[in-house]
Amino acid sequence: MRVLAPVSEPLSILIAEDSAADLLLLSTIVRRQGHHVLTATNGEEAVEVFARARPHLVLMDAMMPVMDGFIAARWIKQLAGEALVPIIFLTSLSESADLAECLDAGGDDFLPKPYNALILAAKINAMDRLRRLQATVLEQRDLIAKHNDYLLHEQRVAKAVFDKVAHSGCINAAPNIRYLQSPYALFNGDLLLAAYTPSGDMHVLLGDFTGHGLPAAVGAMPLAEVFYGMTAKGYGLAQTLREMNAKLKRILPVDMFCCATLLCLSTQRRVVEVWNGGMPDGYVHEVASGKRTPLQSRHLPLGVLSPQAFDDRTEVWPMALGDRVFLLSDGVLETADANEQLFGTQRLHQVFAANREPDRLFEDIEQALAAFRGEARDDVSLLEITLEPGPAVRVTGPLYADSGQSCPLDWSVDFEFRADTLKRYNPLPYLLQLLLEIHGLREQSGALYSVMAELYSNALEHGVLGLDSRLKRDAEGFAEYYRQRNDRLAQLSDGYVRVRIHVVPTATGGKMTLCLEDSGAGFDVEQVLARPLDTDRLSGRGLSLVRQLSSDVGWSDGGRSVCVEFCWEALA
Amino acid sequence: MAEVHLDPQVLSGLQEVMESEYPKLLDTFLDDSQKRVEALRKARDDAKALGRIAHSFKGSSSNLGAVRLADLCRRLEDGSAEPAHIDLGKLVNEIDLEFALVRPLYERERQRFQL
Repeated sequence: MRVLAPVSEPLSILIAEDSAADLLLLSTIVRRQGHHVLTATNGEEAVEVFARARPHLVLMDAMMPVMDGFIAARWIKQLAGEALVPIIFLTSLSESADLAECLDAGGDDFLPKPYNALILAAKINAMDRLRRLQATVLEQRDLIAKHNDYLLHEQRVAKAVFDKVAHSGCINAAPNIRYLQSPYALFNGDLLLAAYTPSGDMHVLLGDFTGHGLPAAVGAMPLAEVFYGMTAKGYGLAQTLREMNAKLKRILPVDMFCCATLLCLSTQRRVVEVWNGGMPDGYVHEVASGKRTPLQSRHLPLGVLSPQAFDDRTEVWPMALGDRVFLLSDGVLETADANEQLFGTQRLHQVFAANREPDRLFEDIEQALAAFRGEARDDVSLLEITLEPGPAVRVTGPLYADSGQSCPLDWSVDFEFRADTLKRYNPLPYLLQLLLEIHGLREQSGALYSVMAELYSNALEHGVLGLDSRLKRDAEGFAEYYRQRNDRLAQLSDGYVRVRIHVVPTATGGKMTLCLEDSGAGFDVEQVLARPLDTDRLSGRGLSLVRQLSSDVGWSDGGRSVCVEFCWEALA
Repeated sequence: MAEVHLDPQVLSGLQEVMESEYPKLLDTFLDDSQKRVEALRKARDDAKALGRIAHSFKGSSSNLGAVRLADLCRRLEDGSAEPAHIDLGKLVNEIDLEFALVRPLYERERQRFQL
């Protein structure tokens, strides 16, 4: 007989029926079809058996003594919870109201009397398919929920680490920085870093990785490590950029890179040095004239080019105290309104043009974005840095924590850096690390670095490269000066800078003499020194700084050689 | 016109499904039906109870191929909803008579499997 066709998997089926003959007939049919049968002769018993044995499917007579099938069905559905336990009502009910009651009670199907074994088998199979489907859906839902929890947990952990790395600089502490960041995903893939150099300059990086969320943040971490590490050690933008690019190129997949603007803002020198690879234009905003100089992208993003092909050339712009630098990520320009209109560069320029109060410019841009009511499609970052008169030299925290017993006190060392090295290598971080081996000098590390940096750039720029500092008298000459510097350095084939460090102990502590000698033509020392100490002009600030910071300074050999002294008291 | 009391096709189908349990099914049905007939007699004046018993009786008689009995039960069940217009007592009597008629038929069928 066809009704005895084998079923895919035997089910456990509860039959609740008060009529003994019907119960016997039905349980025989179901058993012959290969299922395991449980029986009950009233509703209450049916609920009891269900709770105990959890059958897969229930065949339920509607009219039964003690508790009828409708009430029993409601109980069973409640006990079953989210799992689908199909209930097929056994009834020859003819009134549609009664049939509706079966459905209301949670019935999934009907089987009329007299029983037809074929139809019964088909119904059991159909219900079993539904039951399995529901079980699969629940299983997958739970799996997805579990995966989602896991993913969120991972992201939270990653975010905690990321926040520690990305916000460990002075981005929140520096009084002259204002920023706005809103994430597109759980965390903002735009990277915003700021840190002080040993000489008190500020390095700032705004980066935008391809992608959002976790993948973007993963790339951000090594970038941040390089930024903080190299800035703290006194490396300039060029070296830091080279290292960042090489590192990202090495570790990122081909389709991932980082658009970035890196700045060095120097209050001492009243300049901002900029490298922009793939970011939207930033701006230097001159408060006095209202002029805005765009900081355009001149390079490919970080992580694209090989170290050999990478171009670390920067641009330098003069700034007066109170001038601002604005940086933004493309999320700002690509903010879209309800009609898919983008905020765009033009609206940004309108905000700039309409502004009358430089202090309110940041709020103006914020408000314009809010008024535009745009929906961000990307991470949004907006940053404003003001050139403020700060303490000229920052005292750095202790870089080492050894006892000081082994510190060297009587030694000297000579270096000669020749043309090929001068082109690409900055010896200052290395020299600073060397000098910080002397505990007595650590207190003065900021001043030491500033003086060293100034003397080195004088030796290189005015000495070896023969650049005239008087060029820097106005903004145009300023740009010209840095253009010439880049050109001459690129073409440099001979010349040198010699550095001599001489350390001796004294009765009260110690003395360090630092001498720099260059291959240039020298200069008229007396004439230059006769100029008044003028800290507001673009040129000439360097020497006065050196004279303020070091114990003693003297030129010789027609200005080609300069020596400075730093003294310290022995530590208690 | 000779009325059909028992559907032989249903019986042969049942025999095929039930196999060795077939005699037990017949015994159970006769036993069950006897109780229902008695219950109907007792409930003669209670339309609601009559309807309920008739509903169950209808189900099992249809399953066992007692075609006319099932039809009478259906008429009683339907009639119990409007007792004023239908002579329920008459229907109970007819069910009584019909069962008395089919009972020996089932018993004869039962005897075929006595051994």
